[in-house]
Amino acid sequence: MAALFSSLHRCCQRLALLRVARQLSSSSSVSRPPLHRRLLRFLTQRFYDVEELLEWSVRMKKEGIQKKNAYYGFTEQFYGSDIAAGHFVLNMRGGFRYTGQTDWFRANQRGKFNWDFLTYKDTPLEEVDMSYTVINYRGLDNLVGQQSLKTLSLRGCPEVDDWFLGRLHVFQNCLEELDISHCPQITTGGLAALRNLKGLRRLDVSSLPGISCPGLVIILLEEMLPHCQITATGYDHNLKQQDAEKM
Amino acid sequence: MSAWRRLHVVVWKAPGLLASRRVTEQLTWPRGHLALCQSLSTGRPLRNDFIKDLEAQLAAMRKKAADALPGSSWSPFEINPNLPPERADIVIVGGGVIGWSIAYWLKEKERVPKGVKVIVVEKDPTYSKASTVLSVGGIRQQFSLPENIQLSLASAQFMRNINVHLGVLNEDPVDLQFNHSGYLFLASEDVAHIMEENYKTQSSLGAKVSLLSPAQLKEKFPWVNTDDVALASYGLENEGWFDPWTLLNAFKRKAISMGVIQCFGEVTDFKYTVNVLKSPDGEFLGCRRIKSVKVQMPNSLEYQPVQCAIVVNAAGAFSAKLTEMLGIGSGPKGSISDIPLPVEPRKRFVYVVHCPDGPGLDSPMLIDYSGIYFRREGLGGNYIAGASPVEAEEPDTSNLEVDHQFFEDKVWPSLAHRVPAFENLKVTGAWAGYYDYNTLDQNGIIGVHPLITNMYFATGFSGHGLQHSPAVGRAVAELILDGNFTTLDLQEFGFTRILDKEPMLERNIV
Ligand SMILES: Cc1cc2nc3c(=O)[nH]c(=O)nc-3n(C[C@H](O)[C@H](O)[C@H](O)COP(=O)(O)OP(=O)(O)OC[C@H]3O[C@@H](n4cnc5c(N)ncnc54)[C@H](O)[C@@H]3O)c2cc1C
Repeated sequence: MAALFSSLHRCCQRLALLRVARQLSSSSSVSRPPLHRRLLRFLTQRFYDVEELLEWSVRMKKEGIQKKNAYYGFTEQFYGSDIAAGHFVLNMRGGFRYTGQTDWFRANQRGKFNWDFLTYKDTPLEEVDMSYTVINYRGLDNLVGQQSLKTLSLRGCPEVDDWFLGRLHVFQNCLEELDISHCPQITTGGLAALRNLKGLRRLDVSSLPGISCPGLVIILLEEMLPHCQITATGYDHNLKQQDAEKM
Repeated sequence: MSAWRRLHVVVWKAPGLLASRRVTEQLTWPRGHLALCQSLSTGRPLRNDFIKDLEAQLAAMRKKAADALPGSSWSPFEINPNLPPERADIVIVGGGVIGWSIAYWLKEKERVPKGVKVIVVEKDPTYSKASTVLSVGGIRQQFSLPENIQLSLASAQFMRNINVHLGVLNEDPVDLQFNHSGYLFLASEDVAHIMEENYKTQSSLGAKVSLLSPAQLKEKFPWVNTDDVALASYGLENEGWFDPWTLLNAFKRKAISMGVIQCFGEVTDFKYTVNVLKSPDGEFLGCRRIKSVKVQMPNSLEYQPVQCAIVVNAAGAFSAKLTEMLGIGSGPKGSISDIPLPVEPRKRFVYVVHCPDGPGLDSPMLIDYSGIYFRREGLGGNYIAGASPVEAEEPDTSNLEVDHQFFEDKVWPSLAHRVPAFENLKVTGAWAGYYDYNTLDQNGIIGVHPLITNMYFATGFSGHGLQHSPAVGRAVAELILDGNFTTLDLQEFGFTRILDKEPMLERNIV
C-alpha cells in the first residue's frame, strides 16, 4: 500500500519537476498543494513507514538526477572531451552544434539521437542547448573543457541553481550568449556571479520566480554588465503588483 | 444537542480506568430534559457550565488515575519540564553554529539509530551575544594554511548540497541566501609576495582564485582606486556571504528532527575526578575526568546535574570560562595546568552604511591591506563595513556598545580612499559582536585537552568560525565517534601547539 503511494508520489514529482519550469507564471498563484500531496502529507504525519518511504523516494530521485549528471570519463578516454561533452548533452536530451558546422545534433522527444556526432573528432562545441533538462552543478563537469562555447541555453532547467551560475566563470573567456530564463532555483545571489562573464553580449533572465524585486535587480544587472543586452520579460505582473502595494 | 453528543463520544472513546458504561449511564439521564431546556432557553448557560466542569473534572480524574499507575513518570513534586535529562552520552555546551553543527554530525554519523544521546545546552535562547548571529557571514578560500583552505572548501561543498544534508521532509527547503560575489583581496607592494604564495597554496588545493594586476583590477572593478595596489586576488567560486541565522536554524532544525535534545540553561560547574599521573619528565599531572555537568536554569535557582560521558566545549568567545571551572589556567607555575585556554572575547564593530553611488551588484567582499573590509548588503545601496583594531586599541568587552568614533577615525578614511564613491555615505546602523579570539594564533582549537580526558574543544575560530562550522562539526564528530580524523586531518589544530606555544599563524596580507 505504502509502496504504491511512494511510486505515485514519485511519478507526480517527476512530472512536477519538468512542469514547474513551464508553469512559472501560474506557480505564484498556487497556494494549496494538490490533493495527493495533502493526502501524502497527512499520512506521513501519522505513520513512520510512510515517512521513511517518502524520504527514500526523495533520495532515490536525487540520486537518479546525480547519476544522469555523472562525469563521462569513460567516453572521454576513448573519444576525447569534446565528444564526451556532446554525448552528455544528447543523453540529457539537449542539443548542440560543433564549431564550424551548421547542423545541430539533437535528441528527439523519446531521447533518441543520431550517432554521427562521433565522427567529429576534436571539434569543440560552440552552441549548447540544455533547455528543460535536469543538468545540475555536477553535470557541468562534462562541459568545462569546452573553451570555445559561445552560446549556452539553460532555459527552464529545474536543477540549475546559484552554485551553477557561480561556476560559469569557467567560460569567462568565451561565453557570449546565456539564457537562464524560467529557472526556478535562481536567485539574486547567483546573478551576482555573472559579473565574471565579462564577454557576455546577450543574457536572458526572463521569468525567474526566485528573484524578489525584479525591476531593481535588472537595473543593477545592466549596471554590472554594461556591454550586455539583457532580456527580461514575464515580470509585468510582478511589477504591477508591487506598484499596487505601494499605492 | 451537539455538545451532548460530543461529550458522549469523548467518554466512549476514553480508554482506561473508569468503567465507561457507568459514566455514560450517568451522563445520559439529562437527555430527556433536553427538549425542555431548549424551549426554556434560560436554563442553557447554567447547564453548559455544568457540563464543562464535568468534562474538565473527568479529564483530571482520568489523568490522576493514569498517573497513579506504576510505570508513569508522575511524582508528588512539581518538575520543571524544561530541565535537561539526568543522563546523556554527550553534552554540547554552546548552541551556536559550531555546537549545533557538531550535534548534527554526531547524529548523522551514529551507527545505530538513537545510538547516542546528545544534548545541546545554550544559556541564551535569544542569542543576543552569540557571535554566530552577529557575524558578517562571509565565506572564502583565500587563506594561507592548507587546513583552513580545506575546511572552507569542504564547507562550501556542504552548503552547495545543504538540502541534501539539512533538508527535513515536509518542511521548506533551506535557502541560505548565498551571494556568490567572491572576495577581493588587495595587496600593497610589501605584501604582494605573500599574496602570490597564498595563491599557489590555494590553487594547489583546488580553490578557484585568480590574481589580478592593477590594470586588470581596474578593468574588472572600475570603481576601485588602484593607486597603491600592487596585486589583487579574487575568488571566482565558492566565495561570498550568506545568512548566518538560516545556517544556525537549519542545523538546529535538522539535529532536533534527528533526536538531539535542546536545553536552555547555563553550564556553571562540573563535577570531576582528578587522577594524578607522573609524566616522563617527573612532572605530576592532574588528569581530570568530568562526571557531570551542572546546568543552571535561566532566571531561577533551579539546576540539574547531567551525568555524561563526553562534554564538547563549543561556547565560543566564553569557552575559557568552562576550562577555568576545571582548574585549567590556575595550576602551579610552569605546569601544563597553568596554561589557560587562549580564547577570549574581542569586540568587533560592524557599520551599515548607505551609499547610492556605491558599486552595486558588482560589489564583492573587498578586503584591503589597510585592514578595512566592506560588502554589499541587500540591493538598496546599503553596505556593511568594518575593520579590526590594532592590539593596543582593543575596545572594552564588558558590553556590546558601538564606538562610532572608530568608524570616523579608522574605517571611513581608508574606505573612501579605496572606493572614492564612499566619500558620500551615511551610517545608518551599527552593531558589535564578540570574536572567539584565539590570542595565540587566531585559529581554531580542535581536539582534546591533555589534562581533561573527556572534553572536546571546538573554539577559538576568531572570525572564521561560521564558514568553517560544517566541516568543523564533522571533524569533531569523527574525533568523538571514530577516535581520529577521517576526512580532513586537523591534527595541527590540536592542543600540542598551545602547550608548546608554537603559533600556527595565517600569513595574511592584512
Ligand atoms: C563582527 C563579526 C564578524 C564575523 N564575521 C565572520 C565572517 O564573515 N565569516 C565567518 O566565518 N565568521 C565570522 N565571524 C566569526 C564567527 O561568528 C564565529 O567564529 C562563530 O560564530 C563561532 O561560533 P560558535 O558557535 O563557536 O560561537 P557562538 O555563536 O558565540 O555560540 C556560543 C554559544 O555558547 C553559549 N554559551 C557560552 N557559555 C555558555 C555556558 N556556560 N553555558 C551554556 N551556554 C553557553 C553562548 O550563549 C553562545 O550562544 C564574525 C564574528 C564577529 C563578531
